[in-house]
Order: sequence, then structure tokens, then C-alpha cells
Amino acid sequence: MTPENMIWIAMALPLLAMALIFLIGEKAPNVREACTIGVSFALFYVTCRLAQVVFSGGRPMWKLGEMLPGFEIGFAVEPLGMLFALVASGLWILTTIYSIGYMRGHHEKHQTRFYACFAIAIFAALSAAFAANLFTLFVAYELMTISTYPLVAHHGDEKAKQGGRVYLGILLSTSVAFFMLAIAWTWVVAGTLDFTPGGILGQPNVDGKITDFQLSVLLGLFAFGIGKAALMPFHRWLPAAMVAPTPVSALLHAVAVVKVGVFSILKIVVYVFGIDLIRDSRIGEGAGQVMISDWLCYVAGATILLASLVAMTKNNLKARLAYSTISQLAYITLGAALATPDSILGGGMHIAMHAVGKITLFFCAGAIYVGAHKTEISDMRGLGRAMPLTMGAFLLASLSIIGLPPGGGAWSKWFLAVGTVDTGHYWLLAALMVSSLLNIAYLVPIPIRAFMTPPGEAPMKFKEAPLMCVVPLCVTAVGSVVLFFFGNWIYEVLLPITTGSP
Amino acid sequence: MIEQLPILIIVIPLLSAPLFVLIGNRKIVQLLALAVSWVVFGIAIALLSRVLERGPISYELGNWPSPYGIVYVVDYLSSFVILFVSALGAIVLTYAPPSIKQEIPLSKHYLFYAMYLLCLTGLLGMCITGDLFNVFVFLEISSLSSYALISLGKTRRAPVAALHYLIIGTVGATFFLIGIGLLYQMTGTLNMADIASRVNPDSGSRTILVAFAFMTVGLSVKMAVFPLHTWLPNAYTQAPSVVTSFIAATATKVSVYAFIRLVFGIFTPQFAFEKLPLDQALMVFSLIGIFVASTAAIYQTDVKRMLAYSSVAQIGYMLLGVSMANVSGLTAGITHLFNHALIKGGLFMVVGCFALRIGSVKLDDLRGAGKTMPLTSFAWVIGGLGLIGVPMTAGFISKWLLLTAALELNWWPVAVLMLFSSLLALIYIWRVVEVLYLAEPSARAKSAREAPLMMLVPTYVVIGATIVFGCWTVYSAGLAHNAAMALTGLVESGGMP
Repeated sequence: MTPENMIWIAMALPLLAMALIFLIGEKAPNVREACTIGVSFALFYVTCRLAQVVFSGGRPMWKLGEMLPGFEIGFAVEPLGMLFALVASGLWILTTIYSIGYMRGHHEKHQTRFYACFAIAIFAALSAAFAANLFTLFVAYELMTISTYPLVAHHGDEKAKQGGRVYLGILLSTSVAFFMLAIAWTWVVAGTLDFTPGGILGQPNVDGKITDFQLSVLLGLFAFGIGKAALMPFHRWLPAAMVAPTPVSALLHAVAVVKVGVFSILKIVVYVFGIDLIRDSRIGEGAGQVMISDWLCYVAGATILLASLVAMTKNNLKARLAYSTISQLAYITLGAALATPDSILGGGMHIAMHAVGKITLFFCAGAIYVGAHKTEISDMRGLGRAMPLTMGAFLLASLSIIGLPPGGGAWSKWFLAVGTVDTGHYWLLAALMVSSLLNIAYLVPIPIRAFMTPPGEAPMKFKEAPLMCVVPLCVTAVGSVVLFFFGNWIYEVLLPITTGSP
Repeated sequence: MIEQLPILIIVIPLLSAPLFVLIGNRKIVQLLALAVSWVVFGIAIALLSRVLERGPISYELGNWPSPYGIVYVVDYLSSFVILFVSALGAIVLTYAPPSIKQEIPLSKHYLFYAMYLLCLTGLLGMCITGDLFNVFVFLEISSLSSYALISLGKTRRAPVAALHYLIIGTVGATFFLIGIGLLYQMTGTLNMADIASRVNPDSGSRTILVAFAFMTVGLSVKMAVFPLHTWLPNAYTQAPSVVTSFIAATATKVSVYAFIRLVFGIFTPQFAFEKLPLDQALMVFSLIGIFVASTAAIYQTDVKRMLAYSSVAQIGYMLLGVSMANVSGLTAGITHLFNHALIKGGLFMVVGCFALRIGSVKLDDLRGAGKTMPLTSFAWVIGGLGLIGVPMTAGFISKWLLLTAALELNWWPVAVLMLFSSLLALIYIWRVVEVLYLAEPSARAKSAREAPLMMLVPTYVVIGATIVFGCWTVYSAGLAHNAAMALTGLVESGGMP
């Protein structure tokens, strides 16, 4: 396999899985799931091989063709997208295994549709990760929205319908009203949409085709247009999407969908604007001059704090995790907006760290639901005795989300903090610190209460969720700790994106 | 034989119509009509490929040289429009038999086929002719036959809707004729190229201004430009499903084509858009129309009527492109002619399938049809996504072209309004999707079964085409771009795209 071939093979595999799932259907569920698992392993293998090439400096490209004159569907792999693809494809394996346990343990309907849409969503995630230009990224982004709608509205009842409406409404509206406009604007100004190291808007800015103030507006159109990054006030879709079955919340609303959002923002900041352009451009006059992304830093900072505060008030576990996700996504947006090499790297790392940590937490939430039929945190007293593995994993993953060693999240948050200091945003540094405390306050009491307090009613017996559920969540929990020791490696592989050289 | 193609594409369907009436046997007529429509489509392909190879064709009827006789002109734009009109004509006719069996009394079937082919002749004629009076003749052929087709509808409201359309449509056609008369008075010729060379729009002659105004308003009625659209929702709702699919996909588009010819071929864009404020007027009416009609669509409970309002809105997008009067805007407008013909034709065909099996197209009756008619319902989703303009569908291509064209001109408010308006389409399409998939089945939907293959296959051909032309645009946006270049006089109208 040449690296070029690996790109299209990697993207074809989820589609193959989808075709197989449809062909086999409800006739032989075991064969259907075996196909999904088989393909997901193959996909992970291919992405790993591709990663070897990319992380050692290769930049393979593959073009599908022009959709319109000047607008082509093309793919070019660089470290940030590679990391995202690795995370998404690796976690797809675990989620598939977990889904089998969850969906069967729960006797869900429409399982064929479920697995098929899941595969399309993975395809969309990979296409976005490998996209060579804004146009391709946009196409993949929209495909992701559409393909995940049936998953969100899976149950088909009034609540699911309402959730699906909010989900689709916010994501499609923001992308059509702002994101698409921003892309067209970029095209008219820069004459190209290709992701280029060092950015494509620097020259038009020098030529006076777009002023610094307009750059700031354009950045805003991107930041709010990418609704999947869940920046307040366009975050409502994420809690709404929690009506979906838990595996969907786990892979899509902790990893694939939301990470496509923040990944896009990082990618746009690095490869469309260019870090230098954002740092050097100024809006305002005299002493009031600020970076064009300053306001975005504060919006992200506010989202971090507000979402953490809201998370504390939620008694439903999935809702609490949803708000926690909003808060954590804003960390990555903050990293992009600060536009220092360290903050960008911190943001990039946080994609991986938060993905592994948050998917564990969602897996746990699902396992608790399947095993003990509990969704409210207040009902989980003493649950640690019945589900020690699940709750133990929850604790480990919480450490990573909070940013405490030995959780992987410690590294990414460290680099983000360095970024705030570098740019002199001490208020944001304070916000990060306060947010970490809030994270402790809303995550840690859950396992503590589960282990320490005696159960309210009859004493609980050991009763874990099905094995298919428990094994994946243990693997990801261990993974979130292992990543702590690989922080240096991630730092090294991402380093090239900040230097501006290809 | 090859040289005679431009006249054959008109004569074959025109003569077959009276022939059908003489034959009068339902089955024979059905087979003949099908054959004729596909032959016409074949000729259209041959014409397009000849234009692509050798440039525009000019065909003199009866060998009378150009200013004296009628001349047919096949160039980029006309061959493109002819191609998709004849394609949809043939596909919809293939789809027709099961549907009309239910909706039109058997004894009237041969009349239906005769009228259908007459209507097709009229539409093709409007595209192909290079003679202004001939445009009017074909306009009337297509209009009169469509009044008859609409009145074939199942309920007693159909003849009323047809009468309404007849009155308004005749006013429009008469306006057009008055305009032609005034132009003839000023130039002494009816040949379009001739008029273009003799008319001096910049002379400030009031007669020419008035002629242009009459013709524009007349065509606006036929295009159903807001606020002259009032005939359309009733006509589309009451007509038989097949007729709606055909007319919605083609009739308004051909009128837009005639309007583009009028502005760019006979008069000049400078005259229409700089001397006269037609571009601002069109832009304002288009935008108001888009918002008003889309909003109206949201409140409909009859899916056919909802799509009809949506059509009024979509005409706005096409005219918005035309009103930009540059190559990119015109490309966007012409591309949308084609893309919308596919999308709306396809969606009305889907509705026809529902009408056949469920017997109603009210939202209440469609509840839960996603379970009993999965293929039809899925076709609705795909077509609907196209109408919203999701990437990988034809609708996205139109929207994208229109958006970049607007930004190139720095028409920021237009760009923003356009994007917001497409969100309205999301609302009315998704209402139906939710009803189909997420509602408890209605009594009618429960007992329904999947539509027959004879209808599903043509439906999926059209719906599938919206995906194909959403990914591969050489023969949609590519041809439209060349047509736009030719219209604005930037290149000779020939050569490969």
C-alpha cells in the first residue's frame, strides 16, 4: 500500500462496512456485527500505517476530482488530522464492541440502521480529518450532521423527535448561515480554499482585500458557524443530542461529531488564517488594541466556566457529561484563539486526551444504565459495590478530564495554561484554574459517593453490565492514563503544524 | 436526416398529438406516447452533442432564408434547456401509467397523452425557435394544453384552478403579444437576431421601453414571479400528480429561459439593468418571494401545495442569479434551472407515489408512511436534502454558485438573506420527514404498500440524478457556464465545455 492508496482505503472501509451492514441486515445480527468489528480493526490498521508515514514527515495527498471548477474534493493528510483520524478509528473498535453489549442488553430496535449510520458518521469523520481544503471539510461536516440525525432521533418518541429537531436545527442553521458564508468569503478574498501551512489569508490581508477588522469578523463566522464546537450560545444541540442511545453519545458526542467541530476550528486557524496572522493583526485603536481573536478567547473562557457551572446543577449523568463536554471543547477553541504554538499544541492534544477520557465516562454512564437502570446521579449511592470496575474506570477518566496527573488531560491543560501566560491573558489563566476546580466538584463526587456511602435500600450485590460493555470502558480508562506517559510523543508529532513549514 | 433534427424534435410530438386523438385506443396511445417522448429525448441528446462538437445550429424552416422565414436556433443555452425538458418529459411519462389510471378516468387517457405531448411540443418550441412571434405561438400551445391537463384533476376544484390559471395566463400571454407587436412596429422584423441588431435600446424610445415592460410582465406571470404567482399553488395542487410533476419541472423553467433570451438575446443587459432598474426590481421581488413563499410553505398541510409554494420561492433564486447580470450570476441561475427541475420534478414524483398508495397527500395521512413505503419515503429525504441544499446534492451546487456570485459583486445582504432563506426550506422539508418516520402510522398509511416499480424506478432516476449532479457538474454547471459566457458575449457559443 502506498500512502496515497491508504487514504482512500481508509475512507472506503467505513463505506464497505455500511454496505455489508445493509446487505446482512436483521437476518444475521452476529454476522453483521462481526463485519463491523472486522472492518473497524482493518481501518485502525490502515490508519496506523498511514500515521507512520505522516508522523515521520510524509504528506500524502489524494484527489477525487473537481465538484465545480475550482472547488475540488481532495484529501491531504497532516499531523493534526492524522491524530484525529487515529483517535476516531481506534475508538470506533471499542464503541462497536460496546454497542453490541449495550444495544442487545437493551433490546433496542432498528439496529441495522443504527450501525449503518454509525459507519457513515465514521466515514464523515475521516473525510473531515483528511480534507485538503475548506470545501471538502464543509462537505464532510454536513454529511456528519445528516448521518447522525437518525442516531439522535433513534427512539422515535416525542422526546427524541424534539431532541433531533434541536440537533439538526442548530447544526444545519449555523453551518449554512455562517460557515458556508465564511467559506465563500474566504474564496472570494483568497482565491483558493486549500489548507496551506502558514495560512492563505496573509497575502490578501497585505493586499488590502480584507482588513484586520474583517478578519476578526471572518473568524467569528467560522467559530460560530462550526456549531459542532458548541461555543455558547450555540451549544444547545449537545445536551439535546443526549436523547440518543449511549454508544452514540459516547463515540459521536464525545469524540467524532464534537471533535470534528474543534478540529475544524484548529485547522482553520492554523492553515487558513495562519498563527502569525492572528497574532500580528490588531483591532481597536491606541492602547485599546487587541488581537483579532481576543474576543473569541473570552467567549471560549466564558463558555468554559458557564458550562462547568451548569454541569454542576445537572442530576442526570448524561446531561452533566454533556455540559462537561461543552466546557472541555471550549478549551480547544481557546487554544486555537490564543494562537501561540503552545496553545495550538495544547488544543490538538486535548482532542485526543478529552476523547479518550470522555468516551470512558459515557461508556460508564451507559453501563450503569444497562446494569443498574439508573440515570440520575443521586440514585447512584453505593453503586461502587455493585459495579466496582465501572466506577473505578469513571474515577480514572475523571482525573484525565480534570487535568490531574496521571491523567492524559494534565498535559493538554498545561500547554493551554502556558499559552494564556504567553499572551498575557491572566484572567483566562484564572478561568482555567477555576474550571479545573469545578471539574473536580462535578465529577469526583460521583465515584466517591458510589464507593463511600452505603446504598440507600437493600444491599447491592456485585452486578456489572454485560462483559461487552465493561471491557471497552476499562480499556479506555487505562488508555487515558497511558496517554499521560505518551504526552511527549503527541507533542512531538504535532510540533510540525506550528512551525508553518509543510 | 441529421440536418433535419431541429425540426423533427418539434414536428414529431406535434403531429402525434392529433394522431392520438384519431386512434383513441388507450393502450396503443400509451405505447406510442412513450415511444415519441423517448425519441424526442434522443433527438435532444443528438442536438446537444452536435452543438458541443460544431457550435450552434441554425435551421431555416422550409429553406426560407433567415429574415423572411422562421429560423430555429440551437445553441448552448437552448440545447441545454431542451435536453432537460425532454428528459423529464420522457421520464415522467414513463412513470405516468399507474398514477393516471387512478387519477384520470380511463376514457380520457388518450386525451391526456395528446395534451401532454402538445405541452411538451410547446415548451421545446419556445426553447428552439429564433422567431419572436413563434415564441408566443409555442407559449400558447404549452399554456392551453396545460390548462386542459390541470383540469383533468380528480376533484371538482381542478377545473376552477385551471380556469384561474387560464385567465391569468392569458393576460400574461396577451401582454407578451402586445410587446411583440410594439417591437415589430419599431423594427419591422420578428426574427430575434434581427430585432437585436435593429432595435436601439439606448435611443430612449418610449415604444421600446413599453414593449420591454409588457413582455417582462407577461413572462413574469408565466414564471410565477412573486406577486404574480397566485395561479400556481392552486394549479399545482389540483392537477393530477403526473401533470404537476411535469409542469413543475419544466413549464416555469422554460419561461425563465425565454426571459433570459429576452434580456440577453434581444435587448441588452445594459438596457435592462443599467438604464432600467430591472435588476433591483427583480432582486427585491425575488427576495420577498423567497421569504413569503417559503414561509407560506411552512404552514401548508397539503404536501403538494407546500411544494407548490416552494416552487414560487425557488423561481426567486433563479431570477436572483439572472439579475446579477454577470457570468457567475447567470451561471448560477441557469444551473438552478436544471437542478431545480430535477429536485422539484423528483419530489412531485415522490408525492405522486404517496398519492397512489395512500390516496391523499395531507400531512395527517402520511403519518408513519416511512414504515410501509420505505423506498418512497427515502426518496423524499434525498430530494428534500437537495431542496435544502445539503452538500453532495444538486441544490448545494446552485446555492454555492449563487452565494459566490453574490459575494463577488459585494452583495452582502443578498448573500446573507439567501442563506437564511434556505433554512426555511429545512423547516418545511423536515416537517414531512418527521411525519413520515417518527409519527404513529395513520390508518391509511398502515394499509399502504410500496409504490409499483414502474413509478419507483423513474422516481429514483430523477432523485438519483440530483445526487449525481451534486457531485459531478460538467454537464450541469459546466454547460451553464458556457451558456452564460455565450450570452454575455464573451465567447462564441460552441466548443466543448
